[in-house]
Amino acid sequence: MNFDPRYSGRNFTSVGTRPLRPDGVDKVTGRARYGADFNMAGQLVGRVLRSPHAHATIRRIDTSKAEKLAGVKAVITAADLPDLTDGDAAMYDILDNCMAREKALYDGHAVAAVAAVDARTARQALKLIEVDYEVLPHVTDVDEAMKHTAPLLNDAIFTEGLEEKPAKPSNVTKRTQFGHGDIHEGFGRADFVVERSFKTEQTHQGYIEPHACVANVSSDGTADLWVCTQGHFVYRQHCAQLLGMEASKLRVTSSEIGGGFGGKTHVWAEPVALALSRKAGRPVKLVMTRDEVFRASGPTSATSIDVRIGARKDGTITAAEATLRYSCGPYAGMWAEIGAMTAFACYRLENVRTVGYEVLVNRPKTAAYRAPSAPMAAFAVESAIDELAKEIGMDPVEFRIRNAAQEGTRSSYGPVYGPIGIGPTLEAAKNHPHMKAPLGKNQGRGMACGFWFNFGGQTCTDLNIGMDGSVSLAVGTVDVGGSRASLSLVAAEELGIAYEQVKAVVADTSSLGYNDMTDGSRGTFSSSMATISAARNAIKILRERAAQMWDIPIDDVVWEKGHAIAKGEKYGNLAALSLREIAAASGKTGGPIAGHSELVADGAGVSFATHICDIEVDPETGATRVLRYTVVQDAGKAVHPTYVEGQYQGGAAQGIGWALNEEYVYGKDGRLQNPGFLDYRIPVCSDLPMIDTQILEIPNPNHPYGVRGVGETSIVPPLAAIANAVSNAAGVRMTHIPMSPPRILAAIEAERGGRWSK
Amino acid sequence: MAGVAVSTTINGDNVEYLCQPDETLLDVLRDRLGLTGAKEGCGTGDCGACSIILDDRLVCSCLVLGAEAEGRRVETIEGMAHGDRLHPLQQKFLEHAALQCGVCTPGFLIAAKDLLAKNPDPTEEEIRFGLAGNLCRCTGYDKIVRAVQDAASVMKGA
Repeated sequence: MNFDPRYSGRNFTSVGTRPLRPDGVDKVTGRARYGADFNMAGQLVGRVLRSPHAHATIRRIDTSKAEKLAGVKAVITAADLPDLTDGDAAMYDILDNCMAREKALYDGHAVAAVAAVDARTARQALKLIEVDYEVLPHVTDVDEAMKHTAPLLNDAIFTEGLEEKPAKPSNVTKRTQFGHGDIHEGFGRADFVVERSFKTEQTHQGYIEPHACVANVSSDGTADLWVCTQGHFVYRQHCAQLLGMEASKLRVTSSEIGGGFGGKTHVWAEPVALALSRKAGRPVKLVMTRDEVFRASGPTSATSIDVRIGARKDGTITAAEATLRYSCGPYAGMWAEIGAMTAFACYRLENVRTVGYEVLVNRPKTAAYRAPSAPMAAFAVESAIDELAKEIGMDPVEFRIRNAAQEGTRSSYGPVYGPIGIGPTLEAAKNHPHMKAPLGKNQGRGMACGFWFNFGGQTCTDLNIGMDGSVSLAVGTVDVGGSRASLSLVAAEELGIAYEQVKAVVADTSSLGYNDMTDGSRGTFSSSMATISAARNAIKILRERAAQMWDIPIDDVVWEKGHAIAKGEKYGNLAALSLREIAAASGKTGGPIAGHSELVADGAGVSFATHICDIEVDPETGATRVLRYTVVQDAGKAVHPTYVEGQYQGGAAQGIGWALNEEYVYGKDGRLQNPGFLDYRIPVCSDLPMIDTQILEIPNPNHPYGVRGVGETSIVPPLAAIANAVSNAAGVRMTHIPMSPPRILAAIEAERGGRWSK
Repeated sequence: MAGVAVSTTINGDNVEYLCQPDETLLDVLRDRLGLTGAKEGCGTGDCGACSIILDDRLVCSCLVLGAEAEGRRVETIEGMAHGDRLHPLQQKFLEHAALQCGVCTPGFLIAAKDLLAKNPDPTEEEIRFGLAGNLCRCTGYDKIVRAVQDAASVMKGA
């Protein structure tokens, strides 16, 4: 790394202010261009044929009738996407998921695709494709899939991570284990032990913009791809590999993105659109319908989790263990592994063990969803923590404070923590007015904590200074929620100029070096680190040019508040040179002035949050209402506090939907029953109250400004916080998410021994 | 299939187009007229991203046929600002950061404009129910409601 990324305290001028975002006007006037808003001359319409079966062998596909339909320019099957993955198992899974090869593995799995002159012709063509399926037994439930009697999705899978290699194939791809200490000894010292089992249903990220792309493959072997994605460089790599191209021949431009939340980190339609364009020799636009998005993109895991926690009378936890089973869809994943890492990360534990099982089911391939895997683990653990506090007779906040991880704590997943925010968020929650507000009849309050790792990763940024002294900042992390504003603030801060003097853009893959995706809450964290580094490199050149203009040694020139200053009394007659003045003279002092940075942004500071919520439960119907919601989270340093609040609120709202409403419902036939926003109901405006936020700033020592990622942690506590609130309101422990009215009613009735009576 | 000739008014301009009888007004706006501000989030009237105003009535343009616009007045997001002067709702959405990804924003602005035209002084609850036909997945609605409240007070004073 070409600069010192360590935190150093400073007084900020731009960072921490709340200017309007640079892409704002385009977004309120309808001018911003998203995935489906782009067109090319001669463009065809692509459509995908999908399996109606949850599990079926594809015996034969006859495309001849579709090919003969007037207006059809290309029809493709897996044969048009040959296997070029060269033993790379993860890439092979991506290929097979984009276009089924021997078997269709879920309702919605792509089996063929067409490109035609218009949508109507494309739809007709799909009906003319004949697929001969041999329907196989299927399994969609995570616990069912683990049984020895379950239908096997892939008979080449033998569970990894067991002491002995198993003799028989299984739907369990892998077992992982984390922890330290001796849990048997720990449970032996416990005065109280709580043991519970929990289930969570599969949910979707629910971004409002469906996947969309325009692919244009030229006969000279080069190609362009316009696409809504969280990571155009990764899409380029995957598409190029699957199509047998050199990455540099494929230019990928990221459109404005209409939400992703992890769901746009994976290619589905893009290699298909490129293959169609290659075959048709014309540009192809491929836009998923909402039905396709639900059936055939990447929802989160359904889970089944057992938790056991023991504590002494004084409230000290002596041991904790969890077994986590996460559905992965039909391909191997590491979702239970992440869940097992995060489950107890909030706590200081002497004895802890978590075990994760990755489970194949006939559902779409699981993709990341905002702090992937952590919310379900937190739901199970934080519910059990609440119960344990009750059994001991301690306040749930005090119980958590007593056991919270601190700087120096060895985390349950291995590393030793630096300065962290779990304790401060708990203290802030304890002292928040929300905690002391009175509750009415049938109302309950719940709280819960959450953890997320955060990620850094490969990052490349260019900072170009124009002849007029304005600054173009080219970043490679897709802006999912205002990061162009945050990064412009950082550039302005470092250069000592006005925010308005900086214009940030997301550069395409041919204009900038490789960048990892915008995932892991890394966008602002990593690109701000690269922006600071690039700005410091530019400042070095600005100082050199000023030294040249003054004809003095560069060591005598310092950079302050956007100006080069000659230091020392002997230069008293030299007026400071502004960035604009130095830029204007650049043609005579050595040419354009720019700063670049390529780095791996190590040291993403871990993130913690504590949420409080009040829920009212109608005991007659099981219906719930969210009365009040408060988020307390550590941001390290909030670069643009309004957008940090927005991340806290948005994550909380998604968590509320997950906790109370949202779930994939599969029929006995293995088909998804609710692939639309009417039946898969995400929270609407009238479902929610205002969402109160409190930003804490415990600097991340590994970032020059102390920044931590803020995007994901806010979805981790809500499932548990709401479950604790509902349980307190209804007088019965809720163990199955979502807590829809029928589930709550059933729990109340079971608790009362059958019929509910007032 | 023979096209249907349609003569209509969009954002105050007379517009004529040919469309298929089964083509939605949303597809006409986006694919034939280049007005891509209205978005297709679902195509089934559940998300509100394609909201437009048709003869003073808020509708999902994915549920209206292009042919049905004959002789009527269509208002889309592209007609909301006057030149470079933003509508107060647009300005307040920016100031309150009532958008993150922004794909639902055109629909919300149109729905909020319709709401304030019918109820210039809505309570928070009236705003929440008035905008319940529009889905936003990024913001949790908090800043959207505040932006509409602020715009309503500005517009009352105007």
